[in-house]
Amino acid sequence: MAATDTPTKALRWLRRNLVTLAGLATLAYLVLPNVVVMVFSFNKPNGRFNYQWTRFSTDAWTDPCGVADMCGSLGLSLEIAVWATVGATVLGTMIAFALARYRFRARAGVNTLIFLPMAMPEVVMAASLATLFLNMGIQFGFWTILIAHIMFCLSFVVTAVKARVMSMDPRLEQAAQDLYATPVQTFLRVTLPIAAPGIAAGALLSFALSFDDFIITNFNAGSTVTFPMFVWGSAQRGTPVQINVIGTAMFLVAVLCVFVGQLAGTQRKRSKHSKRSKRSQRS
Amino acid sequence: MTATAAPAPPDEQAEDEALPLRRTPTRKRLVPYWLLLPGILWLVVFFAAPLVYQASTSLQTGSLEEGFKVTWHVATYWDALAEYWPQFVRSVGYAAVATVLCLLLGYPLAYLIAFKAGRWRNLVMILVIAPFFTSFLIRTLAWKTILADGGPVVGALDALHLLDVTGALGITEGHRVLATPLAVVCGLTYNFLPFMVLPLYTSLERIDPRLHEAAGDLYARPATTFRRVTFPLSMPGVVAGTLLTFIPAAGDYINAELLGSTDQKMIGNVIQSQFLRVLDYPTAAALSFILMAAILAMVTLYIRKSGTEDLV
Repeated sequence: MAATDTPTKALRWLRRNLVTLAGLATLAYLVLPNVVVMVFSFNKPNGRFNYQWTRFSTDAWTDPCGVADMCGSLGLSLEIAVWATVGATVLGTMIAFALARYRFRARAGVNTLIFLPMAMPEVVMAASLATLFLNMGIQFGFWTILIAHIMFCLSFVVTAVKARVMSMDPRLEQAAQDLYATPVQTFLRVTLPIAAPGIAAGALLSFALSFDDFIITNFNAGSTVTFPMFVWGSAQRGTPVQINVIGTAMFLVAVLCVFVGQLAGTQRKRSKHSKRSKRSQRS
Repeated sequence: MTATAAPAPPDEQAEDEALPLRRTPTRKRLVPYWLLLPGILWLVVFFAAPLVYQASTSLQTGSLEEGFKVTWHVATYWDALAEYWPQFVRSVGYAAVATVLCLLLGYPLAYLIAFKAGRWRNLVMILVIAPFFTSFLIRTLAWKTILADGGPVVGALDALHLLDVTGALGITEGHRVLATPLAVVCGLTYNFLPFMVLPLYTSLERIDPRLHEAAGDLYARPATTFRRVTFPLSMPGVVAGTLLTFIPAAGDYINAELLGSTDQKMIGNVIQSQFLRVLDYPTAAALSFILMAAILAMVTLYIRKSGTEDLV
């Protein structure tokens, strides 16, 4: 009996944790390339391509800008991402407020116009916008990239902000006005703070989308080279190890940012919680 | 402002709960339009108008030297379709397979985050989201290393004689995975997996865990609970996730270019090369219109079938 007990126990454990194991396997699948990028940032490849492990070296980390044009393209991508984020966040937040707080004609039409860019294959948008620029005789470059990025980030901002504003209680604003707050004060002291997490999420998403966009940039950049375009070109010409350094650094910065953000979130929740419990203890 | 306060009629409230409960003064009726104007103008000029422009481009003939003219040359559509239908079929096929794989792989992960991760939830979430902030082109290139000829993955598959099976199925070739359909689908699945996991997680998280307990109390086995309670309640996430995966996957050309060979070209690759290399704008425009129409048709059909229309 005892002999057959162990395998059934193991089997039972396996069955109980099957979903967890499958989930962890998927997580490993998701993270694996990041690990490979990280490991290969310490490689010293033979030849132009960094696809095979040769030997350990920190050369690329000590000289991250040692590749011609790479850091320039990185700077350009950051610049475009910042301006695209600013543009899309401002325009998108305005649309989101209009959709969430007002009833007006053409609401359905506006909703569709917001939804369509997210539901359209990027290559279709990219080709059509490039066709427009070509027909208008507009020079491809920084401005055409920026215009395109604001265009496709806009919908994501609207969706993120709208969700947040929709879920807020309109009576909070009414209460502020009943307490003689001017509309401007109400907006700055009540509405904006409540909408802030949605706006931040939209902005963060815009930044990530713009910084990482390849397809739409590919069609609308002309000879301007953003970082994704540089990586794309290097896939044909030979990938320098420094690309992996940048990839790893981006991953670490992102993880750190999200981590700090979540930590701050839980801290805030916890402090609110403790205040509330103290108050209840007093009473 | 306070003097005009009046509760909105209940039927209006039901239509849109988030609206203020008081009547707007007439002079404020214009506010939403002013708020909308700049953003909507941007979308009309740089999103909607280009589509119209492209429609006209697809009906043009001419060359780069002589210039293009609208000649209502509808035959471009037929020629494009006749020449590139294999790429269309392949795009839809690859995207469909990748979407199914994303659902199969993503569901356990979303379930894990929603119900089982506990205090590890934040960490797992970070690991799902962080790839968004790392260049996806670099990560796709990393798959070249992972799937490299003579690499560990190929070695393992070969040792298990799985490559013979996949070879017989026509998704790999000889002793390599790179430059085969398997590699492209693997890359597509990887690239769009977060787009599946996040909506699934959102809809799973909304499910009250007490429903699971209730199902258990009513003697439902875990499998039955999943089939009758969890899965149906996660349908909005499934629909949103499949759309968010399928649509970009069908138009993608990065995975086919980096991980596939010329035999795995998808329609995105064709549009890209027609537009940027061959400079045959009418054909590129016609191809992207066919792609758009096909996707719109499939998505509409799918939303009808799955019965969730509250996506927008």
